[in-house]
Amino acid sequence: MTSEPQAWSPIFGRLSLESLPLHEPIVVATFCAVVLGGIGLVGALTYFRLWGYLWKEWFTTVDHKKIGIMYMILGLIMFVRGFADAIMMRLQQVMAFNGSEGYLNAHHYDQVFTAHGVIMIFFVAMPFVTGLMNYIVPLQIGARDVSFPFLNNFSFWMTTSGAVLVMVSLFIGEFAQTGWLAYPPLSGLTHSPGVGVDYYIWALQIAGVGTTLSGINLIVTIVKMRAPGMTMMKMPVFTWTSLCTNVLIVASFPVLTAVLALLSLDRYVGTNFFTNDFGGSPMMYVNLIWIWGHPEVYILILPLFGVFSEITSTFSGKRLFGYTSMVYATVCITVLSYLVWLHHFFTMGSGASVNSFFGITTMIISIPTGAKLFNWLFTMYRGRIRYELPMMWTVAFMLTFVVGGMTGVMLAVPPADFVLHNSLFLIAHFHNVIIGGVVFGVFAAINYWWPKAFGYKLNVFWGKVSFWFWVVGFWFAFMPLYVLGFMGVTRRMRVFDDPSLQILFGIAAFGAVLIACGIAAMFVQFGVSIMNRDKLRDETGDPWNGRTLEWATSSPPPDYNFAFTPVVHGLDAWEEMKRRDVPRPTSGFRAIHMPSSTWAGIVIAGIATVCGFALIWHIWWLAALSFLGVIGTSIVHTFNYKRDFHIPVEEVVATEAERTRQLEAAGGAA
Amino acid sequence: MSAAHDETAHHGHDDHGAAGHGSMRDYVIGFVLSVILTAIPFWLVMGDVIADKSLAAIIIVAFAAVQVVVHMVYFLHMNSKSEGGWTMMALLFTIMVVVICLAGVLWVMFHLATNMMPIHDMSNMGMG
Repeated sequence: MTSEPQAWSPIFGRLSLESLPLHEPIVVATFCAVVLGGIGLVGALTYFRLWGYLWKEWFTTVDHKKIGIMYMILGLIMFVRGFADAIMMRLQQVMAFNGSEGYLNAHHYDQVFTAHGVIMIFFVAMPFVTGLMNYIVPLQIGARDVSFPFLNNFSFWMTTSGAVLVMVSLFIGEFAQTGWLAYPPLSGLTHSPGVGVDYYIWALQIAGVGTTLSGINLIVTIVKMRAPGMTMMKMPVFTWTSLCTNVLIVASFPVLTAVLALLSLDRYVGTNFFTNDFGGSPMMYVNLIWIWGHPEVYILILPLFGVFSEITSTFSGKRLFGYTSMVYATVCITVLSYLVWLHHFFTMGSGASVNSFFGITTMIISIPTGAKLFNWLFTMYRGRIRYELPMMWTVAFMLTFVVGGMTGVMLAVPPADFVLHNSLFLIAHFHNVIIGGVVFGVFAAINYWWPKAFGYKLNVFWGKVSFWFWVVGFWFAFMPLYVLGFMGVTRRMRVFDDPSLQILFGIAAFGAVLIACGIAAMFVQFGVSIMNRDKLRDETGDPWNGRTLEWATSSPPPDYNFAFTPVVHGLDAWEEMKRRDVPRPTSGFRAIHMPSSTWAGIVIAGIATVCGFALIWHIWWLAALSFLGVIGTSIVHTFNYKRDFHIPVEEVVATEAERTRQLEAAGGAA
Repeated sequence: MSAAHDETAHHGHDDHGAAGHGSMRDYVIGFVLSVILTAIPFWLVMGDVIADKSLAAIIIVAFAAVQVVVHMVYFLHMNSKSEGGWTMMALLFTIMVVVICLAGVLWVMFHLATNMMPIHDMSNMGMG
């Protein structure tokens, strides 16, 4: 077992053959499947000679559109992993009654619930959100790319690097067994001597670099690169929510970095910030990590509020009701999200005055959120609503999210929280808002912008299958948890004594199976759509009769997005251009200045992954070497002067002529 | 194109005037002020000028705060106009978040210590 103090060798650190979890048949089977799948994938890529293409066109790209798509793919892959963890937990909990121990031992089960939380937040929700912002924001503001294209590529690979470390922990060593926020003293050296918490720390630290840098990048992009005429109050709502999200990222992720740095000092050099002895305070960790953690919740949901705003107004055929109030609500949420963190630990014992302050601020933050909901409803009111897939997800979100929001306000009442704290009621609540808000939002966004990214719509039938399985499955999976929470069942339990609870866990497990069908249907939807892409093709670039600038260019957009920077006169710029019949420019093109692809991002992040691995396993020579490698490679990259190139004017003319033909063909067909 | 050109020219001008590099005079003023603001606290400590230690600490912190402002104005060229007001906005937001976090943490943790530390006066439990 890895939880005992291990031997250390100067060459391999704590790493030895015993680090491989060969005693866990489930992990071994998974490992074999991954190896076979991996060999198959590498073989296929080699056979079809795709390595060069992937390297040139994707891995080294600085195009915000391709990076956005890569973020979405990363999110999808990690989503499958995180969901596998979820279904393992559901199976364990429904089995472990009447003296049965289930099929997972405590060491394994504790890793599963920790990995589920960490992966779903950091490597599913965050990549999805960042990917959407990356793809959409520059198009919506009429820009050619983000402000710092290389940094964008580097950020993506650092996020991926963190994800890789989490995945590696499955097969080499162990992951944390502490829950997704790794509270000390459990995560301290005394109680978690193994490598699990170290995997946690370094995966999040490396991914955090990527997240923070991409936050800075997008803020600068939105502030500095808007099309002429697009004042702040003429920005699309999605861009507004992205701006607020990135402000939150930049202002809160350093707190996470600092807290984890202090925890790693406790674990690596024997400081006592969060220990029980020598003046340390574990509660300080809880306090600090939630100063990051609560803004993080809004980092996840705000961009999706933007998505729902865009979709509601597009599919209702109206401009958004209460644009100004929507913007102010978003800004209010941004500020208020810094004033509520204590509601995550009311039971800590700060007393009545502190608890009532944070209880009230928590209730206040639900007001701007409620205002947004009314804005969406009023946008739909008397609109000509088209129930396409994105709109279906949006309506499902409204119904689901409201319930989650209300249970959240219940938890904001400190006396109620003393009863419900750490129970399955809390689990049901945050899944209700995160699935009902973030996940449904991401699916709405994928269905909405897929035609923009790939030039053809997604298959409707399989989309609907996925939708219904997901929505029904969600209610089956989480409503029993509310009930169980009320009955006093706490989270993270592995076995149960009371046989009367089993039926509710059975219903929840059934819900998880429905969700699994929903996920499968979604992948079928992607597959079917890719195969039928010629039938589903959209030549106009504006399949939904959209209102914002991303629909003004072709689908997929050319590398340079817009041959001429559009000039904006009002909100819903593209809708206005269509209404006023503004002609598309067909002459006077010039060569377009573009950033060049670079190897530096993937290489530096790759070395950072090695550095993280070495630090986790106490392989000091490798850690030092790879750290110098990161610094050295960065310096070498600064001597790369081939940073940019011009797309020759002939190519621009040809691309735009092709677009003209496309539009004429589409217009003729219609 | 000419409109766009004007835009950049205007920005360029803005950058040089307000957000770009300051003049030699600014740097010298900033440097001298920094030296003075650093030297006084040193003198206060080295010369044992103020008998009351906590008063001395408060004065030193006050000098540090002024020093921060001097750095921001003379070295970081912070003013209400540069970058169309965005630097000032960012500063205000930062100050707000930092104040909320620091004040909040102190408030929360002191209350926690009062209520929950194992060795404490039981009469402070406060049943009301």
